[in-house]
Amino acid sequence: MIEVQHLTKRYGRVTAVDDVTFRVERGEILGFLGPNGAGKTTTMRVITGYMPPTEGRVIVAGFDVFDQPIEAKRRTGYLPETPPLYPDMTVREYLTFVARIKGVPAAERKARVEQVMKRVWVTDMASRHCGKLSKGYRQRVGLAQAVLHNPDVLVLDEPTAGLDPKQIIETRQLIKELAGDHTIILSTHILPEVSQTCQRVVIINRGRVVAVDTPENLTHRLRGAETMYVLVEAPVDATPALQAVAGVTRVTVADRHDRAIGYEVQGVRDADIRRELARTVVAQQWGLLELRPLRMSLEEVFLQVTTEELTEKADQAPEADV
Amino acid sequence: MSNVFAIAHKEIRSYFASPVAYVVIGLFALLFGYFYVAILTWFVQQSMQASMGMGGGALSLNQQFVRPLLMNATVVLLFVMPMITMRTYAEEKRSGTMELLLTSPLTDLQIILGKFLGALTLYSSMLAVTLIYVGVLFVFGNPEWKPIVTAYLGLLLFGGAFISVGMLISSFTRNQIVAGMITFGVFLLLWVIDWLGNFAGPAAEPIINYLSITQHFDDFAKGVIDTKHLIYYVSFITFGLFLTAKSVDSERWRG
Repeated sequence: MIEVQHLTKRYGRVTAVDDVTFRVERGEILGFLGPNGAGKTTTMRVITGYMPPTEGRVIVAGFDVFDQPIEAKRRTGYLPETPPLYPDMTVREYLTFVARIKGVPAAERKARVEQVMKRVWVTDMASRHCGKLSKGYRQRVGLAQAVLHNPDVLVLDEPTAGLDPKQIIETRQLIKELAGDHTIILSTHILPEVSQTCQRVVIINRGRVVAVDTPENLTHRLRGAETMYVLVEAPVDATPALQAVAGVTRVTVADRHDRAIGYEVQGVRDADIRRELARTVVAQQWGLLELRPLRMSLEEVFLQVTTEELTEKADQAPEADV
Repeated sequence: MSNVFAIAHKEIRSYFASPVAYVVIGLFALLFGYFYVAILTWFVQQSMQASMGMGGGALSLNQQFVRPLLMNATVVLLFVMPMITMRTYAEEKRSGTMELLLTSPLTDLQIILGKFLGALTLYSSMLAVTLIYVGVLFVFGNPEWKPIVTAYLGLLLFGGAFISVGMLISSFTRNQIVAGMITFGVFLLLWVIDWLGNFAGPAAEPIINYLSITQHFDDFAKGVIDTKHLIYYVSFITFGLFLTAKSVDSERWRG
């Protein structure tokens, strides 16, 4: 549905996006993840036809956004970082205007506006001026504006930024509902959002794609050395016994309870040490209260991925301290 | 074409939803009224003298009243027009609505023409209000209507030229005040450029006079439609809008 091929965008001498390639399938929600200034907004602006790419091409719903901009834009809905509202128009007037310029036929316009307002829960604000809306309502009207002409592709730039927790949940729910009929790209720097709403994640850093995968695979793949949390009830320190288990590289005490001690046990890469750990504890006649893998949160994955580049550079330096 | 009207309609709406339209129309009507009274008083005095046999022949209402009145009205436009054009692009860029327009299935030309048409409509309603004053002349006197029509046509073209330059300048910045100030400065320069013409020597004089935006208006005020002036204004407007299109496009590339 969306194909980004070798996209590069330079502003003067600054390269904002550098050779980015990815694709989004029909009906999919793709999370676009990266720190501020990574090139998310620039990429989205090129996809929506707001600005042309310096190199590469973007194909939306079968149309090249540069060669056939009108056809591509007709099939794209875009919510920029700040919802593009006209403060002196009422919500209904505004949406009617947008419906008109997005090419919704005159006969359907009125019904469509009412329908969309209902869908994003702004009907009670229909005759309020856009300039007087709260942040949450602005965002919803912005979303309404993007879906108004029922586009194939939705591009949402940080749709939950600045909302309160309840609104964030509502907005995510709304985005998930929309996913059936639309292909969605959403950018964010809030990680839980990605694992909750997106099927696939593109992590971008300094204008380059550093990882593309599902949220689960990303956490899995990047976990590397697996760490277990073991809570043992024992009269003595269990560290030496745990250290002796095959495949264990490091044992540290994580927390102390009344009678039990929690250990963090690190194993070698790709080895499942759970079975051996359990057997050892039971053989010592100790009480095994808890045994679970410490999953790397997406947050850590993100940090790992986006800082990898730095460490690589450090590794390459001849005098680097390894 | 429907898209052009959609944009024009939106522009007109936002002029009238904000105080801009009312201030502009009110200010123009007030100053126009002041000139009207002042020139009429002078005119009545002159024609009294003429009828008492002290002056030459009878004075023409068209040549001695309407023409100086409209020439003075163009001075007011110098101040009022930047208020109309300064927001056209600057405001869209500042509030981020430019992103909506540029990602909608519209061509740049449709947006520009829509905005031009919107501003021209507001300007026309400004002129329409002054028709009341002119109407009074027909009640108490008998001016010729044809020169008045050509004069208003001239005013419309004159304003159109202003709007196209104003839009171009507004597309350079996201700050309305800056756009307004520069527009005023450029208008003033176009206004007084013919002062230079008198001293510029035989080669440069016709060129400088041709550039002067007021010189071309004079014939319209006299009741003459000369294609030379018509072409001047139409090409002025076209060039202004063309440059605006280029300016918007180049901003896209630069980001």
